[in-house]
Amino acid sequence: MTDSQARQDVYWWRTRCLTAGLLLIWGLISFLPGWFADGLNQHEVLGWPLGFYMAAQGGLIVFLLVVWVYDQGMRRLEARYRKGNGA
Amino acid sequence: MMHALVRRIGRYYAWYSLGFVALVLALALAERAGLSPRWIGQIFLFASIALYASIGVLSRTSDVSEYYVAGRRVPAVFNGMATAADWMSAASFIGLAGTLYYAGFEGLAFVSGWTGGYVLVALLLAPYLRKFGQFTIPDFLGARYEGHVARMVGVCASILASFVYVVAQIYGVGLITSRFIGIEFEIGVFVGLAGILVCSFLGGMRAVTWTQVAQYLILIAAYLVPVGILSYKTTGNPVSQWSYGQVLQNLGVKELELFSDPREYEVRAQYRVRADEYGRKIQDLPESLLVERQAQVQRVNELRIQGASARDISQAERALRDLPRSADEARIKWERLRQESLLRAEPPYPHAEAHPGPDTASRSRARNNFLALVFVLMVGTAALPHILTRYYTTPTVAEARASVFWSLFFIFLLYVTAPAYAVFAKWEVYSTLIGTPISTLPAWVASWGKVGLVRVEDINGDGILQLAELSINSDAILLLLPEIAGLPYVVSGLVAAGGLAAALSTADGLLLTISHALSHDIYYKMVNPQASTQRRLVITKSQLLVVAVVAAWMASLRPDSILFMVGLAFSIAASALFPALVLGIFWKRANRWGAVAGMLAGLGLTLFYIVRTHPFFGGSMAEAWFEISPISCGVFGVPVGFVVIVLVSWLTPPPSAEVQALVDDLRLPDDTHPARAGG
Repeated sequence: MTDSQARQDVYWWRTRCLTAGLLLIWGLISFLPGWFADGLNQHEVLGWPLGFYMAAQGGLIVFLLVVWVYDQGMRRLEARYRKGNGA
Repeated sequence: MMHALVRRIGRYYAWYSLGFVALVLALALAERAGLSPRWIGQIFLFASIALYASIGVLSRTSDVSEYYVAGRRVPAVFNGMATAADWMSAASFIGLAGTLYYAGFEGLAFVSGWTGGYVLVALLLAPYLRKFGQFTIPDFLGARYEGHVARMVGVCASILASFVYVVAQIYGVGLITSRFIGIEFEIGVFVGLAGILVCSFLGGMRAVTWTQVAQYLILIAAYLVPVGILSYKTTGNPVSQWSYGQVLQNLGVKELELFSDPREYEVRAQYRVRADEYGRKIQDLPESLLVERQAQVQRVNELRIQGASARDISQAERALRDLPRSADEARIKWERLRQESLLRAEPPYPHAEAHPGPDTASRSRARNNFLALVFVLMVGTAALPHILTRYYTTPTVAEARASVFWSLFFIFLLYVTAPAYAVFAKWEVYSTLIGTPISTLPAWVASWGKVGLVRVEDINGDGILQLAELSINSDAILLLLPEIAGLPYVVSGLVAAGGLAAALSTADGLLLTISHALSHDIYYKMVNPQASTQRRLVITKSQLLVVAVVAAWMASLRPDSILFMVGLAFSIAASALFPALVLGIFWKRANRWGAVAGMLAGLGLTLFYIVRTHPFFGGSMAEAWFEISPISCGVFGVPVGFVVIVLVSWLTPPPSAEVQALVDDLRLPDDTHPARAGG
């Protein structure tokens, strides 16, 4: 295995780790609050019942953050492993 | 270079926005001076269509890359805006607020589903598709899965999903134009068709992209302004997304008070009696229809003998004429009326209550359907071809990733506001309308009643409006809100212009997807690969025209409600395309046989389930699995698609070395240096 091949494998491995981690957050935020909405609604944040808030606003903010973190993370990974950039 | 470009385009759109604000202000002043609402509506609609048309004409092109992918030089921010406009359809803009008004918490499945899908687009698809860098989604399937079969299945699924969706958009255009400039629905549909074609016909993706940016600016302003004003009036805080929590609390108190009002019980009981009456009449068909007709004939005669007023007589005659002609017709009509009465006889649930129902079984059914719908909308979002192709248009892979962030941000602005819309509208209706004498209802009740979108029926005859006696069409909630809040008509005109922008922009993106699938994937890639550039463009444009006319014709037949059709498109796209696209990138071993079998299995299962359970196709929910409603049927199709691809791929030989190299290349960091791209 050549050196550049190894570097590519590391890049792809890290990409997948980042993707999997963020997908996990996505999955939790997408389905858990919906499942437990009734219980969450017993609590209150800033005037909203929590279950309602998560589905109407909180979840959306998390989605936005996930996509932003992915963009920043991949930007860094790409800059580091792009061809021609020394190790 | 990129920054300079962004700044230059930004300047153009800043001038454009200022111009639009000036138009709105001028119309507001003109309204003060006595300009009639009809004129305001017409000026809004024609001015905005003229604007889009001029962008469309200015961006005309005869270059293939420009026509298919806007020359791949759309900066991330603007691609984000264009995607947002492409994405937010008539259903999102007009229908969502009304859905949330009626469904309360359950409607939030649309809000989180339609935004969460972009996480999947960002993480799993957009950057890799941009790296692949062709023209259409079937292009990717054809290259990755070696051959025409996978491409063909992709084309079919794209067209199937996009076509129902585009019909719904044109239907929305017809609805808006007919309502606001007072022309007939069928003519409105064809006016809308013209508005769509002027954008896409001459300039393809390039023209559509730049008009979509313009359309986004109008639609978001039209969505945020009315509810902002209403929020300021109600709570003193113009940021409705922030202030509606308080209103939701007040609404909860009001709801408790209303729901336990004895007069509400009485009204609901009367609706139940009426539903039972219809049930009995349906059972006694065909005799009951004869009895009904005789009674009506007798009534007309009696009125004549008594010398009643001409108005009463003609009313009775109309009732006689409107009676169903056959037993079958009567069954359908009375069943609809029975369902309607049953619905009104149901006790309402508090707005914020999650998964409501009378017993544990129905509560858990509501919860399962909620989660299934969220899943299908998310996966479907990540598989709709007209959205995915937008990420072919950015200069680099990094820009594609950034552009998903911007798309989600611009979409977020609307979806985070939609629940506020519903809560404010409900608060206004509950606190100012319900419990007031019917004779003093505001004028909009009568004017919207004339077009059948608002109905008031004093079933218990007490002269006071009860909650169950009022019905507002769910598509009308958004269009009505400015009037409910007593805002000037110019705000209503702005909302109509926004709805038009939403419908037109989505229809444009969809039409391009369909015509590109027909002309690029079928004609150029499969029938005649030697076709000249000029010939390809001629074919594309003629396909565009044909598809648009057929879609408009379908819309003019007034098919079922908007949301139902759009909902099916998500399940279709999700189960047919998503597994094959994702495994094509993340699993090198996936091969052509696996992909074709998986796509067909997913699509087949979805269609089978829809036909089996949807009343429109003669199915019934008694046939459903786990009581999942047909709109969420992709929840079965997607996993089946994944499993079939994996199993069949394992049983057949691995893909060729070239394909493996292609996948390896997709996974490499992008070599294009950001500074060199663009411009």
